[in-house]
Amino acid sequence: MSETAMTALPAPAPPRRMGHASFWLATAAAAALIILALRGIGSEYAYFAATFVLQYVVLATAWNILGGYAGYVNFGAAAFFAAGAYTTVAAGKALGFGLLPCVGLAAIVGGILGFGTGLLTLRLRGAYFAIATLCLSVVLQTAVTNWSYVGGSRGAYVIRPRDVPFGFDSYGGYLCALAVVLAAVAVALARTIETSRLGLGLAALRDDEMAAEAAGVPTLRLKLIATSISGAMMAVAGAPLPYLGSYVEPNSAFGLAYAVNAIAMPLIGGTASWAGPLIGAVLLASLQQAATVTISSAANLMIVGVVLVVFVCVAPHGIIGLFRKRI
Amino acid sequence: MNEIILRAENVGKRFGGFTALSGIELEVRAGERLGLIGPNGSGKSTFTNCLAGAFTSHDGAFTFKGQPLAGLTSHQRARRGLARTFQLPRPFRGLTVIENIRVPLAYGGRQPATDDAAMACLEAVELAGKATRLPKELTQVELRRLELARATALQPALLIADEAMAGLSHTEVDQILALLFRLNASGTTVIMIEHVMRAVTEFSQRLAVLVAGRKVADGAPADVLAMPEVEEAYLGR
Repeated sequence: MSETAMTALPAPAPPRRMGHASFWLATAAAAALIILALRGIGSEYAYFAATFVLQYVVLATAWNILGGYAGYVNFGAAAFFAAGAYTTVAAGKALGFGLLPCVGLAAIVGGILGFGTGLLTLRLRGAYFAIATLCLSVVLQTAVTNWSYVGGSRGAYVIRPRDVPFGFDSYGGYLCALAVVLAAVAVALARTIETSRLGLGLAALRDDEMAAEAAGVPTLRLKLIATSISGAMMAVAGAPLPYLGSYVEPNSAFGLAYAVNAIAMPLIGGTASWAGPLIGAVLLASLQQAATVTISSAANLMIVGVVLVVFVCVAPHGIIGLFRKRI
Repeated sequence: MNEIILRAENVGKRFGGFTALSGIELEVRAGERLGLIGPNGSGKSTFTNCLAGAFTSHDGAFTFKGQPLAGLTSHQRARRGLARTFQLPRPFRGLTVIENIRVPLAYGGRQPATDDAAMACLEAVELAGKATRLPKELTQVELRRLELARATALQPALLIADEAMAGLSHTEVDQILALLFRLNASGTTVIMIEHVMRAVTEFSQRLAVLVAGRKVADGAPADVLAMPEVEEAYLGR
């Protein structure tokens, strides 16, 4: 046999990354600055608009853990979001819980729902998985619409507590600060997953499930972990919703806007990185909030549609993809 | 003589009414270099998929390192030291070359998923210089080397190289052969599934031949290639 000499090229140095602890600290510092800045503005509208944007940061980041990192497109984001909202309603009514315990409970409910979804769809991929998640949304909405304890189709009113916790100037300010913290935790958690062993396994699973298995990756277990974490975070995004408008009903909680935005925002920002959903959510949600004030709330989904079409044609890997060669 | 590392007993696989494999009996000894050949559609890849756990065989059983493989998933078999490459390279396209190697290092559980370990795997296949590249930037032979590096990162006891030389030039075939010889010299048993007969005869200590899902020959390469039924399978009557 002829051994052919091959020229070995020098190995390039692998890129350096910020450590997990440093990133969590940086995110906490950024969150504190945003809370202080909003407190400085002190306007109820600023609180509302920021909360609106931030709930989408959590929702889009959560969707991206399954849809972006693992490549499983979830059309049922609204179901998880509404599950969080109705957990707040049910736990508040049944147990007298305030918002913070309800957020924790929503995470558990969303996690269980995500785990169940993953378990029922273990062998489904692509369009079949997407359709299954869409069905979940329809089934859950029908169940809530017929559950009179949480208001059924009439909806439920949630009265904001008279006492504002933690010395905030208004309950809107408190809700906004909570949304900032939830968004910061969601982003830091997504980045931690992305740069961890779990993220590596999810990326392998996304690119080629059979090759991932051959490389020792337990793809079914990873899929269950991703559906559980993603479900928990999406439910957390929805948990403050009843307090935001003091009223929640099935058509709005399971609204098309949540399902579409949860997908569109990561796609526009870029699904391969934690920064993609953050950028997409801030951009799209801000645009929608501006359109609501200046034109009409009816223009929201049209804006999402137009921006999505433009990005699919011009930047299929999202805004992040324009700046990174790896995609 | 070395102990038997892999035993296939009466393995069969059907797809609907089509029988892809029937009554396959095969023994492979530790450290051996076995060539598995046969015309297109003879069941070589189906056999590989059944052995690696991608398909479930309908009949028979595999025993690997004395333990039955029945009921184990692909990743569990990989972790036990049974690695494979694919006929068409299947890199993780969103990951860089070094990240492709980190996957089996992180999940194979046989060595630490450090940069040093990943670079060592890449150096062994002469890909260290392209560690931060994406698979789409690699040539065909580099993709084949990446496949081999990803499989060897599992530190396998048995490697199934499924047509690792398909579509490569004479020189590139020599490069892959050299890699497989080095791997075998380090103690890994290798099953080579190949159509490039020069490579098969040069590499294999023993040849097994599949035709229409059945094993028709098993023995020394020169003897097997001289058998009329093998000649007929390749060249017709």
